[in-house]
Amino acid sequence: MLEVVNLECQRGDRCLFSELSFTLQRGELIHLHGHNGSGKTTLLRALCGLILPTSGEIRWQGSAIDSLREEFAANVTYIGHKGAIKGGLTALENLQIASRLDGFAITEEHAWRALERIGLRGFEDLPTRVLSQGQKRRVALARLLVNRAPLWVLDEPFVALDRAAVGLLQGVIADHVANAGMVMLTTHQEVSLTTGEVRQLQLGVGALGHA
Amino acid sequence: MLDIFRTLLWRDITLAMRSRADLVANLFFFIIVVSLFPLGIGPEMATLRLIAPGVVWVAALLASMLALERIFAADYEDGTLEQMLLTPQPLALLILAKVAAHWLVTGVPLVLIAPVLGLQYNLSGEMLQVLIVTLLLGTPSLSLIGAIGAALTLGLRGGGVLNALLVMPLTIPVLIFGAGAVEATASGLGGIGHLYLLGAILLAALFFAPLAAAAALRISAE
Amino acid sequence: MNSRLINWFKLSSPATFYPFAGRMVPWFSWIAIILLVIALYLSFFVAPTDYKQGEGYRIIFIHVPVAWMSMFIYVIMAGWAAVGLVYNTRLSAMMSEALAPTGAMFAFLSLWTGALWGKPMWGTWWVWDARLTSSLILLFLYIGFIALKSAIEDPRRADRAGAILLLVGVINIPIIYFSVRWWNTLHQGATIKMSGQTSMDETMLIAMLIMTFAVWAYTIAVVLLRVRTIILERERDTTWVRTLLQEGNRR
Repeated sequence: MLEVVNLECQRGDRCLFSELSFTLQRGELIHLHGHNGSGKTTLLRALCGLILPTSGEIRWQGSAIDSLREEFAANVTYIGHKGAIKGGLTALENLQIASRLDGFAITEEHAWRALERIGLRGFEDLPTRVLSQGQKRRVALARLLVNRAPLWVLDEPFVALDRAAVGLLQGVIADHVANAGMVMLTTHQEVSLTTGEVRQLQLGVGALGHA
Repeated sequence: MLDIFRTLLWRDITLAMRSRADLVANLFFFIIVVSLFPLGIGPEMATLRLIAPGVVWVAALLASMLALERIFAADYEDGTLEQMLLTPQPLALLILAKVAAHWLVTGVPLVLIAPVLGLQYNLSGEMLQVLIVTLLLGTPSLSLIGAIGAALTLGLRGGGVLNALLVMPLTIPVLIFGAGAVEATASGLGGIGHLYLLGAILLAALFFAPLAAAAALRISAE
Repeated sequence: MNSRLINWFKLSSPATFYPFAGRMVPWFSWIAIILLVIALYLSFFVAPTDYKQGEGYRIIFIHVPVAWMSMFIYVIMAGWAAVGLVYNTRLSAMMSEALAPTGAMFAFLSLWTGALWGKPMWGTWWVWDARLTSSLILLFLYIGFIALKSAIEDPRRADRAGAILLLVGVINIPIIYFSVRWWNTLHQGATIKMSGQTSMDETMLIAMLIMTFAVWAYTIAVVLLRVRTIILERERDTTWVRTLLQEGNRR
């Protein structure tokens, strides 16, 4: 279980949010809302441990994540604005290396299947720098197909995807939640997320007068 | 753990090999700097021979600093760096792998070309041998110490110059013992003491630098 | 927790430290001025003329304390950096930031006074003496720290990055100093003995000590003054600074 207690984050001199508290249980999805600049990305990065919050605490299974460090990192998958794709490597190499660094090696065959499922058949062996924006995004998201971390933190995962890929990704997220996974995501797209428990979280209400 | 080290080492070397232009540019920078000194000082062989160890070492230092600016930059820009921070692997180990790969593709070529440049300066065979050994022992320390600076200045405007400003004073011992060993050999004093000290610095850097760079990266990647 | 610990924690908060620093500044300023006057009087009028170096040697009454202080400040900054990284206190980073310009100034002064001393003694403004070279490197380290701090916009990132640089630097300083000494002894030609003077006259020693205390008091006064400014700037969005400013306006 992920617990957020009285969290406060600043960027530069500006306080983005403060006294933010919520919990995320297994089998739950939180859809994070907020206008541009309300601190959605900052919150997501803080949840992964990439940003040190100004005050407050984030707890995983009851202990603070900055004391768990690597132990916590094994339980999180973060997909941010930057796809973490190496242009000089093929989609296959990217996926395999990423999983090995994440602590679970996958077979080449497993990687082939994941890439095929995400719709990159025939592109597996090209350096990813020649792929289109949407295809690169798919390579990044292929990590979710081979992933074993219970907590997914997804920052605008649907950006640059076509309708088929959006549908596929929705299915993958729904499966994860159904299998007692946890998801925290932001998206501006109108998507019906899952059949499971979906909670909404609003950041910076009224700061600019619209949600 | 060794497996992770090898994976990242292989990845970085592969990436470097697939875009070789940077490496060649770095090597030529080194060659040009060393070759410029005779033009500035004059072709007097006795003088050149005297300053050769210092010139080669300062050029190696400059070339390392120039190359190190990029060690984390590409990973930072495409987001793989933040993924590295989120892996269950110890970050210092990942940094060690990156520095090793970086040294293999930028440092080793300098070491290999150095004897040829030494010939330009009329160094004796013995001096050339010592020069190679000092570079082999010293350039990894430069990469390790430089990685701390690169991690601290990651993503900043003018990061390259700033990195050099931060790191160069810290590399002075390596420079002194590296060039000193060759000079001591030339003067007949024997440079073995210098070599031990270079080795000691390398061991200390191997242990401390990845830890410091890891702490710095966590800060810079926010 | 015992009461003393609580007290220290209270002082480490900028809101309580700010008025405390304000009360301390005049005290240390006066101490600095008085000691400086005494020390200058002793060093120019009381201390005897050196039979070997003549009147020119009197620069050491400034040079030595300033050089000591320049080294000491770096160590203090590193100490604050360690405290800041371990306990995550805001004030420690502000202290090291406030100390840096003074440290750099002293490092520069020690080079300058060293050169002024060197000219009549050795006939050149600069020699590659181990101590002068080390001071020069120390100045580079100060400049590196200040440059790094000012290049990073986010103040919290700047604090922590600066702290790491300081710690790396302070570990390196002995190695640098040792290697410079080694380098210097190997190149005997350039070495000129600085410490070969006759035993120091007692009044000289006293003058130098008083000057050292004056430099200390000056450093404390200036750093407290500077840290107050930094606190105000950093904490301008907090309620205590706002109320403080409103009270100031009302008066």
